[in-house]
Amino acid sequence: MKGLRLLVSRNVGALLALALFLALYVFYSALHPKGFTVDLFVQNSNEALTLMLLGMAQTLPVLLGGIDLSVGSLMTLVDSVASEVVRGSPWQIALGIALCLATGLLGGLVNGLVVVLGRLQPIVVTLATGAIYSGLALFIRPTPGGEVDGNLGWVATNALSEMPATFGWWNGSPPAWFNLIAGIPMPIVILVVVVVVFWLPYRNSETGRAAYAVGSNESAAYMSGVRVNRAKLAAYVMGGLFSGFAGLYFAVQTGSGNADPIQAGTYTLNSIAAVVIGGTSMLGGSGGAIGTIFGVAVLRAITFCFRVVDTNSPLGFLANPLLQPMFEGVILLIAVSVGAARIFRMKNRLDMYR
Amino acid sequence: MPGRFRVLLETVDRPLLFAGGFIVCILAVGTIYTETTQGNALLLSPTYLLLQLKVASFLGIVAAAMMMVVLLGHIDLSVPWTIAASAMLATAWGGATAMPVGLAFGLAVGIFNGLGVAYLRVPSMIFTLGVNVVLRGFMVMLTGGFSPSSEPTPIMLYLAKGDLFGVPIPVFIWAAVGVVVTFLLRRTPMGRYVYAIGNRQAAVFLSGVNDRLVLVASFAFCSMLAALAGLLIAGYSSKAFQAMGDSYLLPSIAAVVIGGANILGGSGRFSGTVAGTILIVLLQSVLSVMQMPEAGRQIIYGVVIIAMLLAYGRSAR
Repeated sequence: MKGLRLLVSRNVGALLALALFLALYVFYSALHPKGFTVDLFVQNSNEALTLMLLGMAQTLPVLLGGIDLSVGSLMTLVDSVASEVVRGSPWQIALGIALCLATGLLGGLVNGLVVVLGRLQPIVVTLATGAIYSGLALFIRPTPGGEVDGNLGWVATNALSEMPATFGWWNGSPPAWFNLIAGIPMPIVILVVVVVVFWLPYRNSETGRAAYAVGSNESAAYMSGVRVNRAKLAAYVMGGLFSGFAGLYFAVQTGSGNADPIQAGTYTLNSIAAVVIGGTSMLGGSGGAIGTIFGVAVLRAITFCFRVVDTNSPLGFLANPLLQPMFEGVILLIAVSVGAARIFRMKNRLDMYR
Repeated sequence: MPGRFRVLLETVDRPLLFAGGFIVCILAVGTIYTETTQGNALLLSPTYLLLQLKVASFLGIVAAAMMMVVLLGHIDLSVPWTIAASAMLATAWGGATAMPVGLAFGLAVGIFNGLGVAYLRVPSMIFTLGVNVVLRGFMVMLTGGFSPSSEPTPIMLYLAKGDLFGVPIPVFIWAAVGVVVTFLLRRTPMGRYVYAIGNRQAAVFLSGVNDRLVLVASFAFCSMLAALAGLLIAGYSSKAFQAMGDSYLLPSIAAVVIGGANILGGSGRFSGTVAGTILIVLLQSVLSVMQMPEAGRQIIYGVVIIAMLLAYGRSAR
């Protein structure tokens, strides 16, 4: 019981985001003309996965108390690389995917090295490396285009049932156990795999805990023998890897590459918003990637809801396409201001400055 | 002699020295390029330099705005749409009161930012990001159904395009902004509080200063300067348009940090920001004179920022 209470109190932001998402999504499914179907879920998860992966990438520097303004640019760089290499024979595709993820890792490593060895502030470092990654992306892909393997794109953006159908497994008659999970969207499978294989082991490792310690109080962490520099470097490398996944999925989903720096900027800003809505503190030391995933889900569910509101109902004004961008901003402002509630509980104003 | 040189090095601001040296390097490399390829020293002609100064004055005013909040240890990500929204409102309003309306709108945005940051204690990066989205939505709402006038008023055109004694008027406006900002930071209690809050806000509060009012005032001043830049940019490009502020956000932050200001607040000078602004504008211009493609320009831009910061922006161990 005590363990449960601790779990809830530590993850209150993520749980709030999850609750908000569920409420919004139930509302959306109820209003949708066809109701909740597998196709709808597949489509929605497709729209969310890229930002979810990018939000995970942003979470790590924020946990350290920093920020990464280069995640969007690194994503477009990987996207551009993918549009050149992820095609051909299965082995070439596998090699291409590895190359994309390596690009992401390398980008994160450069960020980490400059921040740690250069002793510079992450916000300005990533501002500069973001320009460099955007430049490299434009160098690889001056105009939108390129090609990503079509079968891979089809499998990655549909329900799990398309996988054996596309690759010809089991001669068209999958076993019974597969039919049970056949309706799960592939983006969700990818997300779960990334979380289970990369995030959770990292979160529970010594290095992952060290990142939380550094974010809470860097000098205290140093005094306690935490290897501060290694923790920072590892966090940036992990962030780069997640950016790599985001860029790779974006390329696979769109079937081409696009090095648009404006799109990169939009993705970066949305990733920051998702991290905050997901309950990770901008001051560092608390939160996590799971919360960010729910944060993205909330952001996306809001836009989904706008699509299905009946224009003749009292809430009809929400469906006005001219008003939607403003509501998105207002909801973001309200979401971040909810955290201000703690200000009004403080008895001593000095507590505010901590 | 070496002793005197060291004294000189210590009295002159290091960021200013490095940025100034780099500006000379850019001009030298560019001139060697034009001399060998075209046989002229285009970059050293007064016409070219005055044009660059004029272009720099728009970024310079935005950078001055950004510096006001960076010194506090905050940041204003709503600058792009503060620029665009005040320019669009002013041009739509039209007439003699167009400029005051634009500036007043900027002031209102700044006060709102300041209230969120000072009283709700939302991190400025997040709050101003949200305000930026709201402003964009607000302008989509206002201009989506019909298209209001985006023509700048004659006075906006004159202020942005006119010349006085052969010098572009925006340069004078930039200089005036510089005088006001420097006076505010160096000669008024408010300026002292700004630097002090950047170092430790709790200490400022304990000294009996109304620290939250200083925050609100700084954010208000920042957004009003951004609005002023928006009005001038609208005059310069002869119209107000939606994305007009987007290309000013990151360069303005870069100009402030290249100028030696600490992004965590508490230190930085206006002279440094001026040097940073000129460096960025000249770098972009010379690279385009040298016909460097966009990809190469972005990469060099990023490398230069990191190199300049490694030279003097490193934090103590």
